Amino acid sequence: MSEEDILQVINVCKAFGGVQALLNVSFSVQKGEVFGIIGPNGSGKTTLINCITGFIKMNSGKVLYKGKEISKKPPNQIANLGLTRTFQIMRPYYSLPAYKNLIIPLFSPRARRTGGWRGGGKLGDRGTVSIDILEEIGFERDSFVPYKLASSLPTGYLKRLELARCLALRPDLILCDEVFSGLSMSEIASMVPLIEKLQMDGITLVMIEHRLRELFRVASRVMVLNFGQKLTEGIPEVVMQDERVKEAYLGSEKLLDYTFEA
Amino acid sequence: MNIQERRKERIDRGIKVRTEGIYAVSSWQEVTYLVLPRLILIAGLLLLPFLMPSLYWNKVITIVGIYVLLALGFDFLAHFVGLVSLGGAFFIGVGGYTAAILNKSLGLPLVATIPMATLGGAVISTLLLLPALPLRGVYFAIVTLMYPLALSRIIEALNILGGTDGILGVASFPNRWVEQYLILLIVIFALFGLRRLVNEDIGLIFRGVKDNDQAVRASGLSITLYKAIAVFIASAIGCLGGAYLSHIYNWAGISQFALDFSVIPIAATVIGGGGTLVGPLLGCFILVPLSEFLRAYGTLRIVIYAVFLVVFIMLRSEGIMVYAQRKYHQFERWVKV
Repeated sequence: MSEEDILQVINVCKAFGGVQALLNVSFSVQKGEVFGIIGPNGSGKTTLINCITGFIKMNSGKVLYKGKEISKKPPNQIANLGLTRTFQIMRPYYSLPAYKNLIIPLFSPRARRTGGWRGGGKLGDRGTVSIDILEEIGFERDSFVPYKLASSLPTGYLKRLELARCLALRPDLILCDEVFSGLSMSEIASMVPLIEKLQMDGITLVMIEHRLRELFRVASRVMVLNFGQKLTEGIPEVVMQDERVKEAYLGSEKLLDYTFEA
Repeated sequence: MNIQERRKERIDRGIKVRTEGIYAVSSWQEVTYLVLPRLILIAGLLLLPFLMPSLYWNKVITIVGIYVLLALGFDFLAHFVGLVSLGGAFFIGVGGYTAAILNKSLGLPLVATIPMATLGGAVISTLLLLPALPLRGVYFAIVTLMYPLALSRIIEALNILGGTDGILGVASFPNRWVEQYLILLIVIFALFGLRRLVNEDIGLIFRGVKDNDQAVRASGLSITLYKAIAVFIASAIGCLGGAYLSHIYNWAGISQFALDFSVIPIAATVIGGGGTLVGPLLGCFILVPLSEFLRAYGTLRIVIYAVFLVVFIMLRSEGIMVYAQRKYHQFERWVKV
């Protein structure tokens, strides 16, 4: 293990009954990079994230975060170590306004260590801090949007709210589960600079994506999963030339053309 | 075919700014608009013992107060934490027996037993319910229903804690005015306390647990811990009612585990409007006196009571307070489609 690795996943296996969802998946993520995970539907990408963050107990294997084993820990303790995740199917608190959604992560032990009991320390109370985070993530401060109930927000804002919940924990590593899916082209275009900004702030990102073109703009390395197994790993251009990867994606010729036309 | 040409339009009154809970109050009319309903409620509760001066109705008011405490606890757990609890009888029984034991065995006075039974009973209830906390919905409800049934049978079978006779000779209140006003003040305190709690930061976490518990875990908070805190709060309120009941009847017995204490608070919450906290209070003040009025009809009482509940649920299933709050906070007018 090198000094730079923030996350190390070693031989993770997970079976749901007779279905082998993950088989001996290993990879490591370096501090500060954007690491992509791609693969066809049902290849185990989301299960992998669930295993790393403790939402699902893995059958065997180890996960090391900053050199310490976290595989046996419950999800809330893992989140408090600064390893946060977004959900593919957004999980906001629908009955609360958007800015109050962020008060819940701001109440976590990790956020309180920096913010103190009242919330933001010098920055004000939790309400103020959450409006600041929402502005950073693309909610217009002076509009009604941050004050609206989460149930009345469109998908684009809910995806941002997922990221905002991670940011409220002041994370070192974010596992993004398809933040671009379900968004329009213009919404994605405004999300990409956001991801780049997070990387510049020193946050390591692991991104599961189906939108390969956008992913390859930000990711320095990608890993390909198929039927729960790791096919290959490397820089995007090399990985996409791999025969096995082409096979895994049906109609891969067309997809590759699409990917590199930019 | 008859085509509907008009529809009802609802507009919020302009006093709210941007979101629920932030008001721009700039005139005495607006202050009155906000404060008046609360003042009417508090004044009404405090005047009640004078309006109903007979000894019999004094007792009823006190009993209603205990049911209100249970209903508040139920509404808090069900609509703000997502735990449906049938444990009203459990809380009353634990609180009642704890107060009686403290009073009889240790000889502690009433001012000590009620707070001690409140906290001690809440600790016991929370510890016993701890294994059930990962459960949700109807499964949690069944576990909370099991405890009062099991505890009353255990006391009966092992003949402990006075067996079927119960614990007799528990100290009584100095006089009936103290008895009534103390419970009314506790009710007011619990109502406004809970209303404030659910809008504090920690209350938002409780509501988050109800809305989306996986997101709460992803936010770095243990849902079991916060569910336990919520159950502690609700069971403390319930045990307070139980301790009070023991001191009113000067007795603690297995009928304190009766399912009335679980079911009537739920009926009151349905009638009053769940999720409002004031609704369950009104529901109790309607249901319990109604059942007293119907005593004149002998065994037909339950039939009339049941018909009232059914008709009410058919016609106003949202509950009185949800309906009333909508009427109070919104203009309504017919507009052409």
